[in-house]
Amino acid sequence: MKTKFSVLALITLAGVALAAPQTFDFKDPKGINNAGFKLDAPLESINGSASGVSGTVTFDPENPGATIGKITVATASLMVPNPMQRQHMLSDKWLDAAKFPEISFESREFKNVQTSGDTTTADVTGTFTLKGVSKELTVPVKMTYLKDKLGQRVPNQNGDLLVIRANFTINRTDFNIMPGQFEDKVSDTIDLTLSIAGASPK
Amino acid sequence: MKKTLRLIAALIVVGAIAFWAATGANHGWTKTHIPKKIVDQTTGLEGVQWQDKFVPGVDFLAAALLGAGILAGVSFFVRTKSK
Repeated sequence: MKTKFSVLALITLAGVALAAPQTFDFKDPKGINNAGFKLDAPLESINGSASGVSGTVTFDPENPGATIGKITVATASLMVPNPMQRQHMLSDKWLDAAKFPEISFESREFKNVQTSGDTTTADVTGTFTLKGVSKELTVPVKMTYLKDKLGQRVPNQNGDLLVIRANFTINRTDFNIMPGQFEDKVSDTIDLTLSIAGASPK
Repeated sequence: MKKTLRLIAALIVVGAIAFWAATGANHGWTKTHIPKKIVDQTTGLEGVQWQDKFVPGVDFLAAALLGAGILAGVSFFVRTKSK
């Protein structure tokens, strides 16, 4: 009886050790991590991206619903093809990059968690902060856990990767970005995409 | 002088349209950077690299036409030298 209990305890401990949450760092040395944005405008839609992604996410492959984390994008890293448009976008009238250097999303709760193999989909509720205004948002995300794949991406490093993809929509009015103004020139609705990979070295 | 100004104006218009057409006839705003997609083989993620490239747009054409129009307009105020 004692032996059976000891074996069971050992197996449980081993399971807990293997399922330990890992922290993934989303600062990307390869510069691939990016957040994309798209707004409708009269002449052509405004399509841009931001590469200044950073942040950490703690993820447990055995319990993806317990994931917590915060992803930050440097406002100054936002790029659009036209230089005048970019200047206006980062100016104090629009995003005010000098005063609000970061855009962030901090997760609070995962719901509707479904895992199939290495991939987990869920609805993440958290706080989205833009131009100093914080709003609670629920965003559908897809997370892919790539065990022992860090070495393929970054030579001479062992560890795991966590890929996060998300698509969601915000209204600039909700974040005090020229509310009610220029809606015929710059759409109120902004489509956002997140394509990022974090590393957890061993 | 009149003829010179009008000739320069015409050259500006023709040159601007030719340059705009040769660089892809962009019907949007002028671009100084263009996005290039790069795919990370390990994660399948699509990243974006911004490359320096001047692509004239409709605002470039408008500026060229405005400049040519000003030159042509000025030519009407230039006195012809009497012989």
